[in-house]
Amino acid sequence: MNGKSHIAQFLMLGAVLCLGILFLQPLWKITLEAAQFPGGLDLYIWINKISGNDKHIIQNINILNHYIGMKPIHPDAIPELRYFPWVVIGMMAFGLICIGVNRPWFYLSWVLVMIGLGALGIYDFYLWLYDYGHNLDPNAPIKIANMNYMPPLFGEKDLLNFYVRSYPNWGGVFLGLAILLGAGAFYLKGKRVYV
Amino acid sequence: MRTRKVNMIISLVTIMGGMALVVACGQRNATTVIEGDAAEQVYIAPGEYDEFYAFLSGGFSGQITVYGLPSGRLLREVPVFSQYPENGYGYSEESKPMFNTSYGFVPWDDSHHIELSQQNGEFDGRWLFVNGNNTPRIARVDLSTFETVEILEIPDVAGLHCAPFITENSEYLVSGTRFSIPIPQKDVPIDTYKENFKGLINYVSLDQDHGTMELAFQIEMPGFNYDLARNGKAVSHGWSFLTTYNSEQAHSLLEVNASQKDKDLMAIINWKKAEEYVAAGKFTERPTSYYHNLMDESTGIAHSQEMKMTRILKPEDCPEMVYFIPVPKSPHGCDVDPSGEYIVGNGKLSADMSVYSFSKIMKAIEEKNFDGEIEGIPVINYDAGLHGILQKPGLGPLHTEFDEGGNAYTTFFISSEVVKWNVDNLEILDREATFYSPGHLVIPGGETRKPEGKYLVAMNKITKDRYLPTGPELAHSAQLFDISGDKMKLLLDFPTKGEPHYAQAIRADKVKPNSKKFYNIEENAHPYATLGESKTKVVREGDEVHVYMTAMRSHLAPDNIEGFKVGDKVFFHVTNLEQDWDVPHGFAIQGATNAELLVMPGQTKTLLWEPKKVGVYAFYCTDFCSALHQEMSGYARVSAKGADVPLKWGLNETLRENQEQAEKFYEQLENKSK
Repeated sequence: MNGKSHIAQFLMLGAVLCLGILFLQPLWKITLEAAQFPGGLDLYIWINKISGNDKHIIQNINILNHYIGMKPIHPDAIPELRYFPWVVIGMMAFGLICIGVNRPWFYLSWVLVMIGLGALGIYDFYLWLYDYGHNLDPNAPIKIANMNYMPPLFGEKDLLNFYVRSYPNWGGVFLGLAILLGAGAFYLKGKRVYV
Repeated sequence: MRTRKVNMIISLVTIMGGMALVVACGQRNATTVIEGDAAEQVYIAPGEYDEFYAFLSGGFSGQITVYGLPSGRLLREVPVFSQYPENGYGYSEESKPMFNTSYGFVPWDDSHHIELSQQNGEFDGRWLFVNGNNTPRIARVDLSTFETVEILEIPDVAGLHCAPFITENSEYLVSGTRFSIPIPQKDVPIDTYKENFKGLINYVSLDQDHGTMELAFQIEMPGFNYDLARNGKAVSHGWSFLTTYNSEQAHSLLEVNASQKDKDLMAIINWKKAEEYVAAGKFTERPTSYYHNLMDESTGIAHSQEMKMTRILKPEDCPEMVYFIPVPKSPHGCDVDPSGEYIVGNGKLSADMSVYSFSKIMKAIEEKNFDGEIEGIPVINYDAGLHGILQKPGLGPLHTEFDEGGNAYTTFFISSEVVKWNVDNLEILDREATFYSPGHLVIPGGETRKPEGKYLVAMNKITKDRYLPTGPELAHSAQLFDISGDKMKLLLDFPTKGEPHYAQAIRADKVKPNSKKFYNIEENAHPYATLGESKTKVVREGDEVHVYMTAMRSHLAPDNIEGFKVGDKVFFHVTNLEQDWDVPHGFAIQGATNAELLVMPGQTKTLLWEPKKVGVYAFYCTDFCSALHQEMSGYARVSAKGADVPLKWGLNETLRENQEQAEKFYEQLENKSK
């Protein structure tokens, strides 16, 4: 065993630490821009909460959303925010096990599970956005035929008087990086074995 | 015969016109004074901010107005001493105690002099103080909210004109009485003025953390009229300078009888010495009555406290505390230059201006170079304290401010001009006509150790021909000058509210970053706050009914209330649940005999409504808040006195639920009482 053989373990450790960043940085950022809101309203989606650029953003967005009959955002009512953190912690533990075992197929399965969970997470996020944007109160004061208010999953879009931008934030970037590092660990370890 | 008469009139008019020309030498045609780029200099492009806030007192409006400089745009009117229906100040139950005085509820005053708080002789942008002249009071405005948060009455004075001048670390607000009166008040003939009338100079101390005012002590002075003051700074820190007029001690037809002597007096007070005497117990405690009204930050409710004792220092018991020095006839301003060394005493009926030297005054005191004394107060030899005389600068000098380059700028009321002169060598450098009869002027920081001599605003008493006419009454005019060069340049006229007597201007970046955007609803400790729509309710306590109401875009909750009766006292406690900048909600109800409420985000305010007639009355939000603002309304049903209509309230379907709850509540109450 020489120093080089530990690189895969270091990469995996990096991946685990990257997952840890999810508790420090938001995954996603949705910005609502309108004339009456100089500087825009920023909504941050975290692994365990929803926040804004000030603490009253959700209340203010809810006040605006009620005109079009959108359901109010209640972070307490989104169960994913409660169990996703445990999924991440589980994956961090799994990552540590991978480092201990240091086998390519362990790394591979970690990466595949991560990709699977990431895809599910994004699909889940999409479902929530779809539900908020389409499931409108029929008694809403403002009704526009054929209009839905679903923010873009990724990208930018006009929604009535708002221009909405939706992009990954640092947490999302580090989630992607974690997968890449895990894949790197698998690649390095696999290369030593099979090549 | 007739032509001779006409000729005589013409020649008289010509002579008078000629005299006016001599008097107003240098006055130019009112329409041709603007030079090329003035408009560009005052233009603030959309989306940009002014460089300075200017706070102008509102004179007989009792308020303060806030303007941006150099644009001259009115940014806000801050209600202080007068009820203000626009936002319910002085009408809402929370703010009514602000007007409590020893004379009862006094909802008007005459606001004169603006003072910004200072640290090390510089404005710090925390608080702003202003005096009420008529029912003597001092108010404090918090510059994070631009709201009046405190009013302190000053006892046993009349016409608190000489107020509230601040010391360089905001230790005190020095405030002298304009009129002397019997102390304590008593029923005496007015012609016993000389025997019975006294003037008080008051030192109000400030709590350095909260700005809270306290009447620290009063100095009993001879019965003169105390007009304006300034405190020393830098080398002269620890001293106050106050001009007096009517050293003749006349009590009738003052325009003649108080204008006899060639010289009046300037009072010079060593307030550090006064502090020592207070600490040593050299004061007399005297029973009196005055009110201290303070707004509680967490509830937004003002509370009044009657104070019953004051501490008086008498100069004859406290040597080396007070001096006089002669000052030219009927002085007004009394202004200390940024170095603290020179004090300008303007004799408003004198053709010359006396400039005093602080170090020479100190030397004269040390050498006891006195010309007698008045009621135990030494009078310093005039020449010994004089730095020099500014010869014939103009007519009617009123007020002087300074730039950072050793220059002074004085308004001349009679000759309608601003004159720039050098303080050190007493040389006149420039003069600019004003339109017309300026009182005070302001340079940002012009009274501090750090003036910013970029702009000067002259506040004019007369406005004829400057704006489109509006009947007999015209807005008083302010005029903005560029003073950054050698010569002053007129840039702008702008109308003002009331009669601004005084102003101070501060760099915007000292105030703007601290501006509050809304009140945190978590910190709302108002006893009738409703922190959430589900907590709205209506509670009857005998003839009093308390409505716990919330406001948010775009409805009031509850919006239907039944069960009011003629003769009830209905208190609408409206909580604005918003937590967003610039989203106040208003509340008005038909038949209210007071005003509306304007409730800031996170605040609770209370309107008292006493329904007089049976019927259904509409209430609504007055401040346009959303696309559905017009729909933000509701009804109050009023039944006859003694009618059998149960109290019920609600918003949409919750009306019925609340009604059931209310019925249960009253059943329980009845069962209990049985």
